[in-house]
Amino acid sequence: MADVSLHGIAKSYGVTEILRDIDLTIDDGEFVVFVGPSGCGKSTLLRTIAGLENASAGELRIGGKRVNEMPPAERKIAMVFQSYALYPHMSVYKNMAFGLKFAKTNKADVDRRVRRAAEILKLSALLDRKPRELSGGQRQRVAIGRAIVREPSVFLFDEPLSNLDAALRVNTRLEIAKLHRELGATMIYVTHDQVEAMTLASKIVVMNQGRIEQVGAPLELYHNPRNLFVAGFIGSPRMNLIKGQVRSVSGGSVTLAFTGAETSVDVVPGTLRAGDEVTIGVRPEHMADAGANTIALEGRIDAVERLGEASYVYMKLASGDDVIVRSPGDVEAAPGGRYTAHLPGRALHVFNAAGQSVQFGK
Amino acid sequence: MRPNIRPGRIAVHIALVLYTILAIGPIALILINAFKTRRAIFSDPLGFPDARTFTTIGFDQVFTKSDFGLYFVNSLTVTVVSLGLIILIGAMAAWALTEYRFRGNTIIALYMAIGIMVPIRLGSVSILRMMVELNLVNTLTALVLVYVAQGLPLAILILGEFIQQIPRDLRDAARCDGVSEYRIFASIILPLITPAIATVAVFTMVPIWNDLWFPLILAPGDGKQTVTLGVQQFIGQYVTDWNAVLASLTLAIAPILVLYLLFSRYLVRGLTAGAVK
Repeated sequence: MADVSLHGIAKSYGVTEILRDIDLTIDDGEFVVFVGPSGCGKSTLLRTIAGLENASAGELRIGGKRVNEMPPAERKIAMVFQSYALYPHMSVYKNMAFGLKFAKTNKADVDRRVRRAAEILKLSALLDRKPRELSGGQRQRVAIGRAIVREPSVFLFDEPLSNLDAALRVNTRLEIAKLHRELGATMIYVTHDQVEAMTLASKIVVMNQGRIEQVGAPLELYHNPRNLFVAGFIGSPRMNLIKGQVRSVSGGSVTLAFTGAETSVDVVPGTLRAGDEVTIGVRPEHMADAGANTIALEGRIDAVERLGEASYVYMKLASGDDVIVRSPGDVEAAPGGRYTAHLPGRALHVFNAAGQSVQFGK
Repeated sequence: MRPNIRPGRIAVHIALVLYTILAIGPIALILINAFKTRRAIFSDPLGFPDARTFTTIGFDQVFTKSDFGLYFVNSLTVTVVSLGLIILIGAMAAWALTEYRFRGNTIIALYMAIGIMVPIRLGSVSILRMMVELNLVNTLTALVLVYVAQGLPLAILILGEFIQQIPRDLRDAARCDGVSEYRIFASIILPLITPAIATVAVFTMVPIWNDLWFPLILAPGDGKQTVTLGVQQFIGQYVTDWNAVLASLTLAIAPILVLYLLFSRYLVRGLTAGAVK
């Protein structure tokens, strides 16, 4: 069991900066998910923590000890790879026992650990099989088993579910969550799928272009994104973003103008001045119902996606902004028709011209 | 009931059959004529031996007039030891050159590539001089050294190519497991490149076994001849004992055939199946 802390971690290949100035503290037993678009540096950050890449600058501590110079094996970590990386010529049992053989663990102990891990992961019947005789889900479990037997302080997962089909992915996701509860170990998980991030994490780290954009609990990020990037990345379907302008500022509220309508929002104006360009963010689920303080926005329907319990109505407003409305499942709407979205007075996010939320940290 | 066969396929098969006949022909010719009388060899070279023409006189000659057993052991020793060294050193060098980035990496790789392009026989004179200096003339060691040098460049090229195809994650996983670099090489890389090793073995083994040039100039002395050199004594300026020549060639084909069958089992196997998706 160990906490992990990163101070000013940077990584560059020649002049290409992959990671810049990463500061992050991960508490013992936390489930932290690094999420971001591909190429944002999340996997590199994970590999740096594992010791497979060297940080160009900064300090990395695991369990309070500086580990920058340590090889992976001494960091008490175990990593599960996206490709599973099972040794193809070894049986399931040998795959799991292979690393222990060199850690001076006695034979009986190795056997006990492997069998326990196999039991946890329901692999007991498959111990003599070769990886090629296993299904994708089983291979994934062997890869996790190989991590468990090492009894590491920190588990590292590099997009472990991306090679599985949809149904199996949901299942394995639940199993990983259960595993985390049972083992209580620190887990760091990399994914580009924000649904995995939301469902698994006790803390999400949103990354973009080698930088951390925001760190927080899933719902905290969902309700209180720090900037446009996080607002757009967390939540599915993504948050609607509508261009607007500040009409007037008075004390604790700001009046915004957009699409020919005006609304007053209770936010600390901060540096906002009358005339500033802003972006207004609204979640699709907040735009379906008319209410006392809502503003009706007319538009033409581009597409309707029916999921059963809800329908996503994709529409174009008169201003040209595209918005998605999460409407009731049986809503009457068809492409080409007219539809009315309702902009609430509450639950609005206001971002200044630099893309920063003006509400954040209020 | 057969599905109709496309003419293209027939053409391909005809070509393959013709090539097979061309490749097997000389060997078959050696085999059938080794068991015939001298008269039959010349009057009917393509005929099979029958009751009238069958003889094993060639084999008797080989075993009584020459030290065939010794030549055979010499050939086998030189081939097996060279092969072992080429594979071991070649695999390690290929692993180092593909896996680790170090100063001079590219230069060494290029230097090895030159070895493929320049025939080692061009250096025969210097090699002979060097062996004289080293007091290695008329030893099997001299032959082994030359053959290792001759086989290494191609071995490194082929093995390096295969090692590169082993997924990076496998080595990273082993490193996370705390496996040492030597262990990774021995327990993960080597088992996974057995098909490549078999390929290299077949490609290097045949030229070594068949070589006449280096045995002739480096180890022609008594007791150190290889089979190919030993056969030469039956080929005279005026008279050639064809029975003996063909018999010893027949005997020389056997071990190479066995080794080939042994390695060829691995040639087609794809061992990485199931490693990663």
